[in-house]
Amino acid sequence: MASLFRSPVFRQTTARVLRTSSQPLQRLQFQQIRRLSDETRKTIDGVLQTAPVVLFMKGTPEMPQCGFSRASVQILGLQGVDPTKFAAVNVLENDEVRQGIKEYSNWPTIPQLYVNKEFIGGCDILVSMHQSGELAELLEKEQVLAPPEETPEGGEKA
Amino acid sequence: MASSSLTPMEDAIRSKLTAALAPTTLEIWNDSHKHSHHKAMEGVTSKETHFRLVITSATFASKPQLARHRVVNSLLKEELEREGGIHALQLRTLTPEEEERLMKRAKELESQGEESK
Repeated sequence: MASLFRSPVFRQTTARVLRTSSQPLQRLQFQQIRRLSDETRKTIDGVLQTAPVVLFMKGTPEMPQCGFSRASVQILGLQGVDPTKFAAVNVLENDEVRQGIKEYSNWPTIPQLYVNKEFIGGCDILVSMHQSGELAELLEKEQVLAPPEETPEGGEKA
Repeated sequence: MASSSLTPMEDAIRSKLTAALAPTTLEIWNDSHKHSHHKAMEGVTSKETHFRLVITSATFASKPQLARHRVVNSLLKEELEREGGIHALQLRTLTPEEEERLMKRAKELESQGEESK
């Protein structure tokens, strides 16, 4: 399991997440939103622009704060999602997004996965698509998988 | 009117899903005790926060998983949105045919296991 998890992927992912998602969102942090406002919708539209694969989760890929978020990150890792095409949004850092995303997708729980701005599902959906092979098919079709690793050549240069 | 039930949330889930989906299988697992120490559960007194449901219903036929989950979520919308209501909901949604196939497969695996002993 540990070797499949490909930890460098997640280190890169986390670094990317910190760069892409937390900064632009902080401005709106103190707004309390009950209903999805135009502004929140725009914020979420913006977040979905940051990467082809976006996971709204509790905590970070390295330090998930919920078992369902953890499982979702692991599945994306097992599937070999390209870290340069992936962003995770920690909803615990932003209450506007935490509430807004539920309205945006009409889905009551977190985590939530989006691929090319389209809502795919929550943790149970990911698990079942992972098991059935549908997820691999989808990620392949949407071209968000990491290129196959090149086999290092044996030997040394003279 | 105060309910005297010790499991008002489970009761609500059962009655709403039974009425709307006429399920042939409805398993309701209350996993709340496994999560009571979580940070998100601080100050929450309800013993009915985390549920795992297995629902087999003919109404799911020709609906993809996402649509099936949306049906269940919308039936339990009030319980999910209410403060102190359902915090986490795991769903397994099957048609009777899918359930039968799974059971058959499980039995096959079981008998294979016996043969190899």
